[in-house]
Amino acid sequence: MPSQQSRSGTLVMEPEQQDFTVTYDDVRLAFEENQVLQGISFQLRRGETKVLLGVAGSGKSTILKLGLGLMKPDSGRITVLGQEVSSMPEEDLFALRRRVGMVFQESALFDSFNVEENVSYRLREEHVAEDEINRRVIEALRFVELEHTLKKFPSELSGGMRRRVAIARAIITEPEVILYDSPTGGLDPITSTRIIELVVKQRDVYKTSALLVTHRLQDAFTMASSYFDTKANEMRPVTAETPVDTNTSFLIMRDGKVIFDGSAGELACTDNEYIREYIS
Amino acid sequence: MQLISPVEIVKGNVLAVQDYAQLSGRALKNIFKQPRYVADTLQQADLIGVGSLPIVVLTGFFTGAVLALQSSATLIKFGSLSLTGQLVSLSMVRELGPVLTSLMVAGRNASGMASELGSMKVTEQIDAMRALGTDPTKKLVTPRVVSSVVMLFFLTIISDLVGLTGGWVVSLLLLGLNSYQFWNQAYQNLVAEDVTMGLVKPVIFGFIISTVGCYYGLSTKGGTQGVGRSTTQAVVAASVLILVVDFFITRIIMSWFGSGI
Ligand SMILES: Nc1ncnc2c1ncn2[C@@H]1O[C@H](COP(=O)(O)OP(=O)(O)OP(=O)(O)O)[C@@H](O)[C@H]1O
Ligand SMILES: [Mg+2]
Repeated sequence: MPSQQSRSGTLVMEPEQQDFTVTYDDVRLAFEENQVLQGISFQLRRGETKVLLGVAGSGKSTILKLGLGLMKPDSGRITVLGQEVSSMPEEDLFALRRRVGMVFQESALFDSFNVEENVSYRLREEHVAEDEINRRVIEALRFVELEHTLKKFPSELSGGMRRRVAIARAIITEPEVILYDSPTGGLDPITSTRIIELVVKQRDVYKTSALLVTHRLQDAFTMASSYFDTKANEMRPVTAETPVDTNTSFLIMRDGKVIFDGSAGELACTDNEYIREYIS
Repeated sequence: MQLISPVEIVKGNVLAVQDYAQLSGRALKNIFKQPRYVADTLQQADLIGVGSLPIVVLTGFFTGAVLALQSSATLIKFGSLSLTGQLVSLSMVRELGPVLTSLMVAGRNASGMASELGSMKVTEQIDAMRALGTDPTKKLVTPRVVSSVVMLFFLTIISDLVGLTGGWVVSLLLLGLNSYQFWNQAYQNLVAEDVTMGLVKPVIFGFIISTVGCYYGLSTKGGTQGVGRSTTQAVVAASVLILVVDFFITRIIMSWFGSGI
């Protein structure tokens, strides 16, 4: 991996894992005959956002679920925040999962809870005081610009609103790592850009590490070429005058293997036929 | 259609039993561990206990009534119609109260649990819950097990009492027995063995109903159709298991008290 300034100044960890919040090492998984993952290896640096690309059914969602220990790989090692999730028993995983946020592809909101209860779920589980919960729920919903839907149920929301509620639910405890599964899937360009702006804000303001699955290549490029301007409170394209490191990399999968892992610049000058076709 | 080898079927069933046993074990262990979901438990208790009360009262009453009616035909031949009270009370307390109440609650709540948890499973809400750091066996299964066991215990007692009342009404109005005869017979002949049997059964049946319902719910596969399948399977499995286990509990408690053969 190219060495880059680590943002984990205050965190004490084993030296070799200092820079990486998530590592996959030769992970393999098959569903009966279907060899979905055939040796996936990559690392996610602290503060980095890695965009996972690949055709439908290439195993992107599976990779994220493995990262949370929701499924177990057939072989290989996965570590998240210094702990090996691939071999941990289910009971021990719950504490680790509280430090990781996940946005599911289909949002997976609790449909018998309203928006407020969905978003505050983790805080209620941790018995945070009620007025503190209210404050943080409003804050998280304001972040996704949905503060007026507190009492609505998921069935009363549009797909894009559900996605944003799911993001609010994932970020409310300010997790160190967030896994976004197709947060812009099936949405109009305006809503997608809004969601990408949220992801960029999370990346630049809170320095969260993230894995993000998407089908929309333009989203990936927007992320790699934009930064969040906290003063203006909006996303701005990186220009020559604002040489900000956007901390975004790309990972492309094909047939259960990683065929590309690197920065936007490296992606632009690759000579792999398949990738050229994919990104054109 | 593809044929599945019998070995695969047996293997599948053994694995299912193992999963079921593990789930039940964890549900029990969670009772002694933090965090406890008191609010969820009370909500389930309300749903199971209060919600099932009308059907339990109705079935209990008419079971007691029909018992009195049926037994009168036989008892009258031996000139011992006055034993109706004893017959109704023994049958209700030992068998019909616990079993019929459990079957009713199984039909109502094992299916409810299986379909609720099954829908959550197929819409990834169970995974979302795990991802948010909550153990679904703690938040969903244990509250259902605890409230089913407690509620079934009390529902059975209510069913027994209402059943006796049904028998009494029939004895009084149709068989021409007097109230004292009926209640005296009903009460005098109940011994420790009957009461133990009548109170142990609902506890075990409540456990069966909730764990079977949750197991089928949590192992749902295959979308909406899968939810429907789990729901029916949960009711069938819970009902059959209740009747089978009933036989063995009866046998064991009888031998404890040294009665029967
Ligand atoms: N629970 C499962 N049982 C059996 N096969 C599965 C299961 N989950 C995923 N698969 C298979 O694994 C492969 C990868 O699935 P996955 O959901 O990870 O794809 P994906 O890359 O997220 O696709 P998409 O871009 O459409 O979301 C698919 O071929 C799918 O059929
Ligand atoms: Mg997917």
